[in-house]
Amino acid sequence: MSNEAATAAATTTAQAPAPEPAPHGIGASVPAADARAKTEGTFPYAADLWAEGLLWGAVLRSPHPHARIVSIDTSHARSMPGVRAVITHEDVPGTPLYGRGTADRPVFASEVVRHHGEPIAAVAADHPDTARMAAAAVIVEYEVLDPVTDPEQAFEAEPLHPDGNLIRHIPLRHGDPNAVGEVVVEGLYRIGRQDPAPIGAEAGLAVPRPDGGVELYTASTDPHTDRDVLAACYGLPPERVKIVVTGVPGATADREDRGFQLPLGLLALKTGCPVKLTATREESFLGHVHRHPTLLRYRHHADAEGRLVKVEAQILLDAGAYADTSSDALAAAVAFACGPYVVPNAFIEGWAVRTNNPPSGHVRGEGAMQVCAAYEAQMDKLARRLGLDPAELRLRNVMATGDVLPTGQTVTCPAPVAELLQAVREHPLPPLPKDVPEEEWLLPGGPEGAGEPGAVRRGVGYGLGMVHMLGAEGADEVSTATVRVENGVGTVLCAAVETGQGFATLARQIVQETLGIDEVHVAPVDTDQPPAGAGCRGRHTWVSGGAVERAAKMVRTQLLQPLAQKFGMSTELLQIADGKITSYDGVLSTPVAEAFQGKELWATAQCRPHPTEPLDGSGQGDAFVGLAFCAIRAVVDVDIELGSVRVVELAVAQDVGHVLNPAQLAARIEAGVTQGVGIALTENLRTPRGQVRHPDLTGYALPTALDAPDIQIVKLVEERDVVAPFGAKAVSAVPVVASPAAIASAVRAATGRPVNRLPIRPQAAVVTGQ
Amino acid sequence: MGQREGAAGLTTHAPQAGQAVTLPTTLDEAVAALTAVPAAVPVAGGTDLMAAVNSGQLRPTALVGLGRISEIRSWQYQDGHALLGAGLTHARMGRPDFAALIPALAAAARAAGPPHIRNAGTLGGNIASAAPTGDALPVLAALEATLIIAGPGDARREIPVSHLLAGVEMLRAGELIGYVRVPLLHAPQVFLKATGRTGPGRAVASVALVLDPARRGVRCAVGAIAPMPLRPLDAEQWVAQLIDWDNDRAIVPEALHAFGEYVAAACIPDPAPAEDGSVQQLSPAVLHLRRTVAALARRALGRALS
Repeated sequence: MSNEAATAAATTTAQAPAPEPAPHGIGASVPAADARAKTEGTFPYAADLWAEGLLWGAVLRSPHPHARIVSIDTSHARSMPGVRAVITHEDVPGTPLYGRGTADRPVFASEVVRHHGEPIAAVAADHPDTARMAAAAVIVEYEVLDPVTDPEQAFEAEPLHPDGNLIRHIPLRHGDPNAVGEVVVEGLYRIGRQDPAPIGAEAGLAVPRPDGGVELYTASTDPHTDRDVLAACYGLPPERVKIVVTGVPGATADREDRGFQLPLGLLALKTGCPVKLTATREESFLGHVHRHPTLLRYRHHADAEGRLVKVEAQILLDAGAYADTSSDALAAAVAFACGPYVVPNAFIEGWAVRTNNPPSGHVRGEGAMQVCAAYEAQMDKLARRLGLDPAELRLRNVMATGDVLPTGQTVTCPAPVAELLQAVREHPLPPLPKDVPEEEWLLPGGPEGAGEPGAVRRGVGYGLGMVHMLGAEGADEVSTATVRVENGVGTVLCAAVETGQGFATLARQIVQETLGIDEVHVAPVDTDQPPAGAGCRGRHTWVSGGAVERAAKMVRTQLLQPLAQKFGMSTELLQIADGKITSYDGVLSTPVAEAFQGKELWATAQCRPHPTEPLDGSGQGDAFVGLAFCAIRAVVDVDIELGSVRVVELAVAQDVGHVLNPAQLAARIEAGVTQGVGIALTENLRTPRGQVRHPDLTGYALPTALDAPDIQIVKLVEERDVVAPFGAKAVSAVPVVASPAAIASAVRAATGRPVNRLPIRPQAAVVTGQ
Repeated sequence: MGQREGAAGLTTHAPQAGQAVTLPTTLDEAVAALTAVPAAVPVAGGTDLMAAVNSGQLRPTALVGLGRISEIRSWQYQDGHALLGAGLTHARMGRPDFAALIPALAAAARAAGPPHIRNAGTLGGNIASAAPTGDALPVLAALEATLIIAGPGDARREIPVSHLLAGVEMLRAGELIGYVRVPLLHAPQVFLKATGRTGPGRAVASVALVLDPARRGVRCAVGAIAPMPLRPLDAEQWVAQLIDWDNDRAIVPEALHAFGEYVAAACIPDPAPAEDGSVQQLSPAVLHLRRTVAALARRALGRALS
């Protein structure tokens, strides 16, 4: 697709001529060990698991977004032949509530249902059809209540939950409230509800253990936290609940729905049999968390030269029925509300409120993505008002290392924002298809669409995005890894889940690099290993990668110590390169393989980055460990009569710190950018009056290969972040943040319409009355 | 632990019997199989049926597979018409030899979804499913195609496609759509479809437009905006008079524009005034749909006449 991908592909072993050695170590495009199995369809995912004598589970979900449960009658379901267990809230032996941030979510709804799709009961039966029929035969009498679905009404509405409707409020105050600029622009922006839509829906197998505990085989991305939640709800000590992580079929968010895992394990405990539960696509849409729909109101003040003086904003996040990670999303939204620009005075009010909509939670770039669409729209407005080129206006305001965020935190990491913007700005524009016959043009609407060249306008727009890496506001970020080398073959044991982000490949590269060995395996993950935390916000590259590096270095010391002693020098004077251990003076030169012969070396290490602090009552505090930046230039074609949009090209320049695996990095950027195309144009899970509509992949349109633009990675700025392992920054989230803003900006340029809503509806891109 | 609930050991699970699938090789055998087992469901490409099965909405007790009936997987000529087998796949209809015969149907077939759907999905299935977004349907409506229905006892009857789609006539027990009779017009035909994305997607609105130079007629059908394709008959007749049929089918550009507006207003009319004389405004989404239909109809006529 892109040049970058092509060059990356050319450097992998498959294309390389035979004599070239296999890619090895940091900086090489080492291919993923499971790539072949995944492409050939032999890789086992959770939905492929089987156990002798297993039962099938099914979950009954609420058809109403808001209702009081008058009664639940399970007698019919229980008496159906083949049904082995029917469980409701009465069968939860431990704590009845759970949650990622605050425990506010019932395992099964008991008195009130607060969103469409909330679990009420679960069934285990000897056939999946029987299980589904029995779930449907559970008679629930509801007293239907009026749903609160407009987040603006949540403030005034009756509390939907004992915890109240306001989940968090951050009033950020930074600088002089009386500052005014010569130019003021205002805007109101709306962002829709993106679903992470993992290609593999939720699935799992639970097996009861002889000791009264249970083992779950699921695609968890945070197995230890999931285990603790399950154990608490089951009333079991954590060591009697084990989660074994199976292949993860796609995760751009907290992919696992605990409302799905909880009944699964409970059914196995209740029946004493293995139970398998596979979600339908519809259940998957109903069950897992979505990106926060957001309403944003902005006022930017600038001087006559276009320098920002003050930003005022109100940001309202629709958290849905339960808090989940909304507090974190709000912190990111408020902290990055002004974007990667120098803003001396900022007054941001952020709220996350409870509604009867489906719960929102962590989807990569949460908070940062929504505000990026809004502040970049404001920058376009400002440029138009001042008659400046949009890129020029942005260049006058970009931040650099040493500048201060509106939270009062000084940006200490590399922040090459100007360099990124210059790179995408100077990249040549894609040519118009002048030399291609007209019938071969790929117009908006697709190859067999209705596009007409005369009605197509091209537009160019920019988006600058930033995200934070790792958990924020005092979250204890720590990971533990063990490296074992036996006879020159390495194994990494670390509970960091390979979600497709490439951690397993990276772990192999780190061990290869540090110890000079080729063959390295990554062990499967379960909760018997020490915790490594969730796979999100680029955590594992940093904390788990750091832990693997430290453990590998400890093994290195163990290996080199005897050699160093023999030659009377310290281990620091020995180096491992090209499969050999050599000393600084060249006296010693031993093949690594020989040194490892007959040895089995183990080491375990932890990585814990420097601590952060929560945002205080006025939104101030050093809340973030590190930041990553990205600039995207979008080129779009718009059919101005039909309002159809095709993204022609996205030019990406990104601040990556240090390229650890070029092919993998390019793939991550392409994936992130494409997810952004979805937010910008098609992805919006509609929930009129709290009812989820079209929970399927026909109604919820993901970008296809034809929708994915030509992605040009024009520059990767490698300025090492000194506090991060290898100086590397997380790469997956920031393209998701910046690309929707860039596409909206380009559609604005093509049509002259305001484009203040994502996804961009066709009627918003139509030019009438010309 | 381990205690069984309900009626222990019993199961509702009846394994799907393999013998419940029949694979006839002729149309009459298929009709006989359907007549013999009235609960049997005919299946061709299965692109709609299997989605219903997978979502648990349908559990057919028996299936009659139509994939081996070679007589309905091709087409033949019959006094100025093409007799299209109902088993023609979208992929087959999209090929150039077919496009030379019935260009609009070929264009609709190419737009009908991703390749794996087009490889399996059939013309007859598109008609039988009668989804509002079925891409072949507006083309068949514009062509005024007729269906040849095979029934028990070698019976054949012919009904207009619009009658089946409108529910004026229905398929009776044991009947199958055998062939689709389409006139060969030897003139430009256009199928245009507006979707939500660049990749394959369901139509938001579609327009099929065919010229009938022998009768100096224009026939147009609008798909996806109503449960069945809509024919703006007045607009067709009006615009047919404005075309200079003897002079390269010339038309003034204003007429193209007016035709688009005419078609759109006919298919998405303004609401009738209420008793108190007040007129309800169309919502912005409906107005956009009307604009889309207008643009598609104008473009379609423009392309057919260019």
